[in-house]
Amino acid sequence: MSIKLGDRSYQERIETGIENDFMRDAVSSAQGRFRNGRITQAAELGDWEDWRQLGSEIRTHTLENLDYYLQQLSEQVAKRGGNVYFASTAEEANAYIEKVITEKNAKKIVKSKSMVTEEIGLNQQLEKMGAEVVESDLGEWILQLDEDPPSHIVTPALHKNKAQIRKTFAEKRGYNGSDSPEELAAFAREQLRKDFLSADVGITGCNFAVAESGAITLVTNEGNARMVTALPDTQITVMGMERIVPTWEDMEVLVSLLTRAAVGQKLTSYVTSYTGARLEGEIDGPEDYHLVIVDNGRSKILGTEFQSALHCIRCAACINVCPVYRHVGGHAYNSIYPGPIGAVLTPLLDGYEDHKELPYASSLCAACTEACPVKIPLHEQLIRHRQIIVEKEKKSPVTEKIMMKGFAQWASTPAAYKLSTKLARTALKPWTKEDTIKNGPGPLKGWTNVRDFPAPAKQSFRAWWKEREKGEINHDHS
Amino acid sequence: MTIHNQDAFLSNVAAHLGRPRRMSGVERPTWSVRPQDRVFAGYSKEELVAILKKQCKAIHTDVVEVSTAQLPKALLQAIERYEGKTIIAAHDERNTTYGLEALYEQLGEKMEVHIWDAQLGEENQQIAERADIGISFSDITLAESATVTLFNHKDNGRSISLLPKSFIAIIPKSTIVPRMTQAAQQLHTSVEKGEVTPSCVSFVSGPSNSADIEMNLIVGVHGPVQATYIVVDD
Ligand code: SF4
Repeated sequence: MSIKLGDRSYQERIETGIENDFMRDAVSSAQGRFRNGRITQAAELGDWEDWRQLGSEIRTHTLENLDYYLQQLSEQVAKRGGNVYFASTAEEANAYIEKVITEKNAKKIVKSKSMVTEEIGLNQQLEKMGAEVVESDLGEWILQLDEDPPSHIVTPALHKNKAQIRKTFAEKRGYNGSDSPEELAAFAREQLRKDFLSADVGITGCNFAVAESGAITLVTNEGNARMVTALPDTQITVMGMERIVPTWEDMEVLVSLLTRAAVGQKLTSYVTSYTGARLEGEIDGPEDYHLVIVDNGRSKILGTEFQSALHCIRCAACINVCPVYRHVGGHAYNSIYPGPIGAVLTPLLDGYEDHKELPYASSLCAACTEACPVKIPLHEQLIRHRQIIVEKEKKSPVTEKIMMKGFAQWASTPAAYKLSTKLARTALKPWTKEDTIKNGPGPLKGWTNVRDFPAPAKQSFRAWWKEREKGEINHDHS
Repeated sequence: MTIHNQDAFLSNVAAHLGRPRRMSGVERPTWSVRPQDRVFAGYSKEELVAILKKQCKAIHTDVVEVSTAQLPKALLQAIERYEGKTIIAAHDERNTTYGLEALYEQLGEKMEVHIWDAQLGEENQQIAERADIGISFSDITLAESATVTLFNHKDNGRSISLLPKSFIAIIPKSTIVPRMTQAAQQLHTSVEKGEVTPSCVSFVSGPSNSADIEMNLIVGVHGPVQATYIVVDD
């Protein structure tokens, strides 16, 4: 798939997003639930600001010494009987994995949710070579059966309702039960169990690699990642090169931040740290283990003003507070990384050319920055992107106002206008008091304490958008 | 085992960071804050048990607290409640300490009871796959999140807490600590001492679940569908 989801324009994607009532309601309620969960858990943990500070210090130190920690990690993994492959590009990573699979003569590969394998387009490569690839995360499996891209990094099938899922299961797998979520999940359990037991190779991503011991930590709820790492005889971990921490102690802090920020849980049902190949006498776990460490454009971000974007722990908190994501949905970003972090990261990894509208997919309200558990200054980075794009466009022959295109443009489309009268208001309703939004939950709250945010109520969305745009231009020049 | 392309890759990383490659001598700084140490600091085991029990409700996990003498009976009750016909348990010296061997022997007369046996190889996995209940001892128990930490090894396979429909964890009270911080510290210290880290450390909090269908919480997906903790006053 690569980082891009397809070739449709932003405009089309946004319109599709806006016209999809179910998707928008789902996004809106998911945002609310995730956000409330995060806030409750953060409050319960106490000292949330200290936790964020600590998270940010750990990430900063790790990235500044990334070469050192990656070396330590690779040596530890090798010591535990694992093979380590450093891949500069997606092609190199895929070629290595293909080679392992060919050597094993593997027919069936079972995977647990991993964004980096999507980024490098691994599934397509493996399917091309004739292997059967099964995505075992419930949401991913649904999407795979339906050949649909994910729309949210934590709950990828957020845009699908249960009736659609029932239909997919019926058409693709002969399911004849009801559309109760429990029954649907039980069916997936039964279907996928066979795959876990018969797979030749298991492939996972990595939340945090622990440099000091070579352990790879996966943070999950369903138990599929445990199956993938316990049952097949050959196992491959694919990790973005920045997904590493120095020690177990640092891993713990980031896991605590991740589970709270992502899903509002104290811990997910499973936090699994596995190391290399199985030890003598063990039955579970792989006999043959491979760790693939992927650069694919990340090193170019190091040493730049965007370095802290690599601190991201993929919790989606910034996505869950983003008013623009709320309206347009995940697919509009045309990247496997949606929302504010997607708008920052996608142009860095894949170039500005195809993604120059993305930095405009933000109202610069700073809710993302305040929500981020590792304190990445997301909205500031978006402003920098815009400045860079403006600079670039100036130098290019088509000097004109291209920079104002994209999201500004869709805000003036009929679909967006409809949104203004019908939906913008309901979306923010719970926190709308008279004409201004007061006491928004969480980060929005801290923010509304400072200045009240005009509700898109009497103002049309279009006018509201324009005003925001103005605000941001002032900001740009201040 | 082989490490491919390490030098070129890491030199490139160092170049982008604008400095020579760092191959040794990097120390973690002293962080400016350590909020993790303050959580439930100074709590007694009893207070930590109370926190664990409360959290069990949130994660759909049954919990009972018993004396050592009552453990076999409590375990039997849990097995009966889950209507277990096939049981798989870790091979653990604590089976003897807590008098569970006798219980397993007795149960073996009317149902299939399998104690993990590394000699049998893959058969263990097959039994785990058809077992209704898996039983393990917690190695470190995290009060805050109601988490049992399992150090998996050749006598305590990962499948036990994974493949059966129901999972029962026996939690010696002495293993309870405030939160994941203490477990991580223990692992870190053990690495520093040069000890071999388990091939898998599983932090398990209750049954598996998912919110992937319309954000409804579904309890029981790929891993166990239900879970019981038995806290033993050891
Ligand atoms: S940028 Fe921050 S808030 Fe957004 S996904 Fe990454 S860590 Fe989470």
